[in-house]
Amino acid sequence: MLRFIVRRSLQALLALFVLSVLLFAWLRSLPGGVVSALLGERGTPENAAALRSALGLDDPLYVQYWRFLQRALRGDFGVSNGVFRGEPALDVFFQRLPATVELSIFAMILALTLAIPLGYVAARRRGGPLDTGSVVFSLVGVAVPVFFLAYVLKYVFAVQLGWLPPSGRQTVGINATHITNMYVLDGILTREWDAAWDAFKHLLLPALALASIPFAIIFRITRAAVIDVMEEDYVRTARAKGLTPRVIRVRHIMRNALIPVVTVVGLQIGALLAGAVLTEKVFAFQGIGQALAIGFERRDYPVLQVLIMMAALIYILVNLLVDIAYAVIDPRVRTK
Amino acid sequence: MTAQPITSPRPAADGAGEALLSVRDLTVTFGRGRKAFRAVDGVDFDVYPGQTVGLVGESGCGKSVTSLAIMGLLPGRGNTVGGRVTFAGEDLLSMPADQLRDRRGRDVAMIFQDPLSSLNPVVPLGVQVAEVIERHKGRNRSDAQQEAAAMLKKVGIPDPDRRLKEYPHQLSGGMRQRALIAMALACEPRLLIADEPTTALDVTIQAQILALLKELVSESGTALIMITHDLGVVAGLCDEVNVLYAGRIVERAQRHDLFATPRHPYTGGLLASIPRLHEERGRRLTPVPGSVSDNIPWEQGCAFAPRCANAVDVCRQQTPTLVPDRDAVGDDRLLRCHNPLTANPVDDTPTVEEDAR
Amino acid sequence: MTDHLPDTGTSPGSTGTGSGTGPAEPRRPGLAGRPGARKKERIDRLAEAGTLSEEEGVSLWQSAWRRLRRDPVFLVGAVIIAAFVVLAVIAPWIAPHDPAARLLIDQRTTSNPIPGPQPGHPLGADDAGRDMLSRLMVGARQTLIVGVLATLGGLTGGLILGTLAGGIGGWMDGVVMRIVDVMLSIPSLLMAFSLAAMFARPSQWTVILAIAIIQIPIFARLLRGSMMAQRHSDHVLAAQALGVRAPAIVFRHMLPNSVGPVIVQGTLVLAVAIIDAAALSFLGLGNPDDTQPEWGQMLGRAQQYFNTHPEVAVYPALCIIVVALGFTLMGESLREALDPKSRR
Repeated sequence: MLRFIVRRSLQALLALFVLSVLLFAWLRSLPGGVVSALLGERGTPENAAALRSALGLDDPLYVQYWRFLQRALRGDFGVSNGVFRGEPALDVFFQRLPATVELSIFAMILALTLAIPLGYVAARRRGGPLDTGSVVFSLVGVAVPVFFLAYVLKYVFAVQLGWLPPSGRQTVGINATHITNMYVLDGILTREWDAAWDAFKHLLLPALALASIPFAIIFRITRAAVIDVMEEDYVRTARAKGLTPRVIRVRHIMRNALIPVVTVVGLQIGALLAGAVLTEKVFAFQGIGQALAIGFERRDYPVLQVLIMMAALIYILVNLLVDIAYAVIDPRVRTK
Repeated sequence: MTAQPITSPRPAADGAGEALLSVRDLTVTFGRGRKAFRAVDGVDFDVYPGQTVGLVGESGCGKSVTSLAIMGLLPGRGNTVGGRVTFAGEDLLSMPADQLRDRRGRDVAMIFQDPLSSLNPVVPLGVQVAEVIERHKGRNRSDAQQEAAAMLKKVGIPDPDRRLKEYPHQLSGGMRQRALIAMALACEPRLLIADEPTTALDVTIQAQILALLKELVSESGTALIMITHDLGVVAGLCDEVNVLYAGRIVERAQRHDLFATPRHPYTGGLLASIPRLHEERGRRLTPVPGSVSDNIPWEQGCAFAPRCANAVDVCRQQTPTLVPDRDAVGDDRLLRCHNPLTANPVDDTPTVEEDAR
Repeated sequence: MTDHLPDTGTSPGSTGTGSGTGPAEPRRPGLAGRPGARKKERIDRLAEAGTLSEEEGVSLWQSAWRRLRRDPVFLVGAVIIAAFVVLAVIAPWIAPHDPAARLLIDQRTTSNPIPGPQPGHPLGADDAGRDMLSRLMVGARQTLIVGVLATLGGLTGGLILGTLAGGIGGWMDGVVMRIVDVMLSIPSLLMAFSLAAMFARPSQWTVILAIAIIQIPIFARLLRGSMMAQRHSDHVLAAQALGVRAPAIVFRHMLPNSVGPVIVQGTLVLAVAIIDAAALSFLGLGNPDDTQPEWGQMLGRAQQYFNTHPEVAVYPALCIIVVALGFTLMGESLREALDPKSRR
């Protein structure tokens, strides 16, 4: 078990190293190179030449990479040259992280609570109308561009029906104290129920749109896993023991069927990060995704650099955790 | 089309009385319409308390389906079960699902062929043994765990307290099968169905498991249905033997009578394919030629006819019925054959007990 | 079930999204497997599924075709894709108007930027006064080009890496697979965004390139797995024994047998590529030149009108959804037909 965690952590480290090389290469290949990326609109030839030598761009590549790595480890990613003008790029990330974390977690919870029970029921009634219907639904769900779904939700529930706010994270001017910057959580912690409810309403539509990505996949994996597990001999053994349907379902079917689901959840974190770029843009939800969307639009490379790096870092770490969780729930791995 | 039910009550080997389990005209059909396939076709047999009954035949003869049908464990869709299965006076087939669940594991238990896949890989062994005790004896968790430990000890698993916390993949094949036996016998069932319990095990382990089963069953007075393709297993264990072919019983006899004078050519073939320890060298093991795929439908004659060395013209024209057979050693024999064997194909009568493998 | 029963419920012809419950051959578990397997394992499974020796291969395709012919899922997908491809080919000739001509530009006002439906223009026009119906029809062609080229690009890259890893093996396999695993460990769509952002002047080609690159690791892993499965198969050993040179073995004996999984994955990737292209356009990373319309681009650029004139976005979105669904249905039913193990 310990060996497994160590090995898996080393793999994650390797991925991080390769990632930093890729990021370095990415920065080097930006249009006009780092110089114009960092200078932005101030890029006169004299400035550029000065910056070139200041940045040591004439040094050998490995020296440059080493410097890049040192700066990255210090958290010095330069200053935004776009909308977040003047702000250190890393600050943009930390200001906006809680919003995206809150949104992603809520979206994932939504997806899990809908997809797992539905996947189970569909598998048990395989071939029936509910099964066929939900399989078709999940296939269509994969085919719908997530930002289009976000717009449709916004159009129907915010613009036309007016039930939910169309954009933002919180109604402007509402009396709210911020501790964690996850607004729903803050509202609950401070017992400012109005603020919590308001933040929740802002969260609901983007989370629904975002949840559509993992929902379809988790549903299909759950369904397939339950179908597989139900044909296993040990489920027959459990039935031969006269166990109640509840015990068979929870202990013998779901415990095994959820193992592949856990790994998929880890993978879907990546899809959520990319999906957040699109959804947060639609709902002007001030998280990392929106900052990335703005960064892509304005080619704000210092901000993009740090956000992409941190997003990949989060993804790698989450998958490390998921693999460890996997080992914990699957004794065949744990006790090897 | 279906065999006539044999209704004459027969005394059990070790005492008369009411049959514990009575199977009448059991028929299991998979699929429907033209593609329908009858896996079990009018099977009748009784099991008396404490008796050990063998169901013998090769893969595809319907023996496992018979046992699953008795337990109500056939997959929910795609099959139809007909006939009656009476256990202690109650019809299991028409019983509501929740009542059947109360019987399963408590009154009727089952052990399966592949002990690894029959155990849940992600649940500790202790929980898997204790859950059946919790369910049927109403014990709380810790009491059930203690009983489970005692049960593991009883089936010969050393250091049971440690084993309770372990997972199936940490055990050897023999240990796993012992654990399955412990689960099956935890609630002292009146009937145990063992479906090829030794097939997936090493030869040496097979003998141990059979000895264990025999000991536990005779100790507790549990009736046993032993399902196997191996007459060697039957030899050491069973009181009465039913030989199944293509979904029907083709021969029934007490164990000693069957080994002394096998009457159905298929039984003879199975018998001839058992290797023996003290044997004149050079005797070839003669397996039954062909496979079940050569069968003809029972409606057109004897299903075994295409593989049968004794087959005569009538075998392909007229369906044989299961009738009392008085021309051979032993009482109460039944036989479904137009042209039975007259001599034992294996000349020596096996000395049964030592031969069990 | 220990007894082998004849195949009753699972016989060809009864396939649907979920039929075939009859008692089939005993299945051994082997679920899940090791950790860290995740996506990789799914790919590997697909790789194994389609690889069979040559004579088996023929019957595999035959039986797959027999099943597909009656599979409503496959038929729906195939009809959609056939219609899509035909439209892509003939659209320029049957489109009522030039998709680039600003025919209704005069009707465009600040209060109503989108000219509505009218005689000759059943779906109205876009914000530049160009006929919506014509743009949708002609857009099929660019959409198909983007999808196919991005998939082929990913396939080519994957083919090179996969052949290096699976065909040569040894240390090359280790190096290539490490690279592939790292690529798989970065959220793929985010990578596509970052790649597209590298280019100062985005175009249709940068979109295709960005999407193609993120497909490479998937194809590479797939092909490598499929070739590894064949390395020890009889016909490859026989070819080696006959002294056939290694490249010839790889290209003549191993690659052709990987076709099945590649087709399945390719079909699924086509759907993803079309959707991803829309996402790139939505972020302003798509092709800025809209004289040759493409659905993703039309959808991506319709965002500013969504709350007032949702139809401008809905038309291209519906086209994308239907076509992506078509490819997905085809891919999933192909996977099912080629993989006897997956009866889901």
